[in-house]
Amino acid sequence: MIDLIVLPLIKIVFVLTGVLITVMYLVLLERKVQAWVQARLGPMRVGPHGVLQPIADVVKLFVKEDVTPARAEKWVFTAAPIIVLVPALIAFAVIPFGPEVNLFGRPVPLYITDLNVGLLYIVSVAAIGVYGIILGGWASNSKYPLLGSLRSSAQLISYELAVTLTFVSVILAAGSLSMVEIVEAQRNNGIWFAFVQPVALFIYFVGALAETNRNPFDLPEAESELVAGFHTEYSGMRFALFFLAEYTNMIVVSAVATTLFFGGWLRPFPNVEWLSFLGLVPPWIWFTLKTFALLYLFLWIRATLPRYRYDQLMQLGWKWLIPLAIANIIVTAAVKVVLGS
Amino acid sequence: MGEAIAFYTLAALILGFAVLVITARNTVHSVLFLVANFLFVAALYVLLGAQFLAVIQVIVYAGGIVVLYLFVVMLVNLKRPPEAHRDRRRKAGLGLAFSLVILAEVVAIAVFGLVQPAHLAAPKAPLPPEAADNVQQVGWALYTQYLVPFEVASMLLLVAMVGAIVLARREL
Repeated sequence: MIDLIVLPLIKIVFVLTGVLITVMYLVLLERKVQAWVQARLGPMRVGPHGVLQPIADVVKLFVKEDVTPARAEKWVFTAAPIIVLVPALIAFAVIPFGPEVNLFGRPVPLYITDLNVGLLYIVSVAAIGVYGIILGGWASNSKYPLLGSLRSSAQLISYELAVTLTFVSVILAAGSLSMVEIVEAQRNNGIWFAFVQPVALFIYFVGALAETNRNPFDLPEAESELVAGFHTEYSGMRFALFFLAEYTNMIVVSAVATTLFFGGWLRPFPNVEWLSFLGLVPPWIWFTLKTFALLYLFLWIRATLPRYRYDQLMQLGWKWLIPLAIANIIVTAAVKVVLGS
Repeated sequence: MGEAIAFYTLAALILGFAVLVITARNTVHSVLFLVANFLFVAALYVLLGAQFLAVIQVIVYAGGIVVLYLFVVMLVNLKRPPEAHRDRRRKAGLGLAFSLVILAEVVAIAVFGLVQPAHLAAPKAPLPPEAADNVQQVGWALYTQYLVPFEVASMLLLVAMVGAIVLARREL
């Protein structure tokens, strides 16, 4: 009974709270990093160095007026932000934050569940999230949101293909679809898949930038052309849900990248004996550190690169990344057959 | 017991959403109900222990094909002519005939299943070497027993892809 219901519930509460707090502070981190890059200070007024800024932001979003456009499709308009957010959150169900540990004399795995189709599960929930974006733009009954949502969904669908193809080469290398076993495979091989599959990592990261609508692929929100893209007509709490979903998705793609390419919860060089003092740091801290390093990369790229043009975006996706990903799969499979492992 | 409750709940939801798909006035609402329907079908697969099939159902049907439906419905702006709603008996005969054919098919399958036990009807696929999980079982069945249909289906998809490109870009 405890293992079946109580324990998973506690874990779900922990993970959701953790994710939401991380999102709040990720927003602050983003503003701070942008500010430092541009030789500014960033938020400074609320709390020392602005550490309470996220709380002020949340309060503001909660009390803001929630406007529904007069001729909007009410039902769909309300559902759209929820359809975007829920898949982003439930993706965390299969992300392994750590191995099995002993808590109060009871073995507790530090993940909510270990599906034997874990990686495909993540692909499938990401596929559902697209609906919220299309519907949000359509239900607003306004031109910019509709155009923005068409761009977004075209971008998501194109780059989803490349990202999913990189998963195939990782699966070939690991020999399993389960997130936990992919991490274990990296321990057994004694090497992170980032070094085995550098091409896949590159394609995955570019695709992840595009899938989360981050710079340099933030065309759906190109202010000069489309105001704010698909969520132009949203305000108050409903806008906050879209915002939340975007940052949650950033965490999801970083956590997946950590699991697939950077050894998940494993310490660096898991098989090197004289580095075993690194094992003093708990596994979930390694996981968090790696994920945040990737998140920082997102923010860094945003502060550095200009935006792509729409046709360039589509060309990059279809003419370069997808063929490259397919070639990578063929090479991986061939190498695997030749090595006979 | 629990499995039965889950099955009947899911079956009721699937049928309920299927009815909503065809009765909704707004086409976009219809498409949304269709997505919900597909998701519950995926849940039914999970109940049967076919996780791989469930996930593929969500990726391909709920996530891929219906998104295309949604694009078409949104961009083409289907306005049903008012007479479609005025006369509810329009084409009732055709609908009844279709329903009867499908009912007959369901009954036939049910009777066939009762008369001929499943393990006699289909020859068992050769078992994978070790105790395999869901994905391995599907892969094993596809690449041994059903290799030819699998390859034929993939050729069909390839032809469809090439055909779609040719139709879309005539000046090639």
